[in-house]
Amino acid sequence: MRTIHTDEIIKNVREMCIEANLHLSGDMEEAIRTAKETETGQLGRQILGQLCENMEIAKIDEIPICQDTGMAIFFVKIGQDLHIEGMNLTDAINEGVRQGYTDGYLRKSVVGDPLLRENTKDNTPAIIHYDIVPGDRLELLIAPKGFGSENMSRIFMLKPADGEEGVKEAVLQAVSDAGPNACPPVVVGVGIGGDFEKAAIMAKKALTRNVKEGSPLPHIRRMEQELLEKINQTGIGPGGLGGRTTALAVNIETYATHIAGLPVAVNMCCHVNRHVSRII
Amino acid sequence: MEKKIQAPFKKEELVSLKAGDYVYITGTIYSARDAAHKRMYESMLKGEKIPLELKDNVIYYLGPTPAKEGQVIGSAGPTTSSRMDKYTPLLLEHGLNGMIGKGKRSREVIDSIVKNKAVYFAAVGGAGALLSKCIRKSEVIAYEDLGTEAVRRMEVENFPVIVVIDSEGNNLYETAVEEFKNSQK
Repeated sequence: MRTIHTDEIIKNVREMCIEANLHLSGDMEEAIRTAKETETGQLGRQILGQLCENMEIAKIDEIPICQDTGMAIFFVKIGQDLHIEGMNLTDAINEGVRQGYTDGYLRKSVVGDPLLRENTKDNTPAIIHYDIVPGDRLELLIAPKGFGSENMSRIFMLKPADGEEGVKEAVLQAVSDAGPNACPPVVVGVGIGGDFEKAAIMAKKALTRNVKEGSPLPHIRRMEQELLEKINQTGIGPGGLGGRTTALAVNIETYATHIAGLPVAVNMCCHVNRHVSRII
Repeated sequence: MEKKIQAPFKKEELVSLKAGDYVYITGTIYSARDAAHKRMYESMLKGEKIPLELKDNVIYYLGPTPAKEGQVIGSAGPTTSSRMDKYTPLLLEHGLNGMIGKGKRSREVIDSIVKNKAVYFAAVGGAGALLSKCIRKSEVIAYEDLGTEAVRRMEVENFPVIVVIDSEGNNLYETAVEEFKNSQK
């Protein structure tokens, strides 16, 4: 049985928090740069130009791309043959977040109680989704999530009779309601099926998928393309100030569901769609 | 139209700013977001003094990342303005002239902007590294315990913003999207 120590996990999480907030993934960066070339709205083009310049400054001067360095969201896959020694895994991940957000000069944006609202001052606790998988590796994926776009996310418990048309309407409604608030151009993560929380988790996970890769399921890939086209006809544009680049991608994940239901979750993400993964 | 303006500015100056203008602000502005707004609002309702002079001034809805050594401020882009809507009309009644944020405002805020002759600017959301370069000085002047949400006095130079709601109530978020759609027909 393979063994890893939580010190190694803490070190990796620390680095990943910093890396994710300074550099966008190659696919995201390319999508924004391409949009700048193809945008026809005047203000829209100007805003995309600022976003490109912003990515450069973030990289060179090591300043976070966005001041909302997010709540630290993790998707963790634990190989069932892996043994973790040291401390509790959740505590280790939170320790990595604490170190990363402090040492990396990232913003501490978490309040300990949603109503009393006192800042925890180290950006913990993280939100961690665990998955047990075959093998002896540990896969860590961090997606720091800003709340300008998170606040514009929606869940719809549709009826089976609403079908594909109902799903499309729900997604378009969420994007249109979000308008300028979600910092367009956005990436739209959609979860269809499962139950109430499964749909929401899939929608968040969908945001971490490469924006250039469609769903492997042909009927879903068609829907992703059709929705992207429709969203980019709304005219919302970069910054919500008019243009064709309202979304850079629509990523949909699906799961089995109940005979009586059709849950649809739409997780909006701004153009600062950050995610970094490592396998230990 | 591209314009330059010195902050703080008077009502007579801001009425020339029109929705859609691309404006570079130079001068003194203040940062305040959710928690600072709540505190100022509650103090004002009790008739207490608040830590910044609202008359003629501009508030930037901002909670920056911490500055590293040698930096004036960390990443410093706008946050969503609508969360401040509850508090804004009272601030406008007390002479606040400008707000910098991003996203839609409520009907009440728009009506108050027109009534009090003020202006609402958007900065580009998610361009915090770029915008930080326009901030030359930054000093926490109140509510230090709020951390990133503390009130800061900042000196800015050519800080780029777009007039979204002007003192007549014209709203660029509505007109720009319609105009773009019509231009595609």
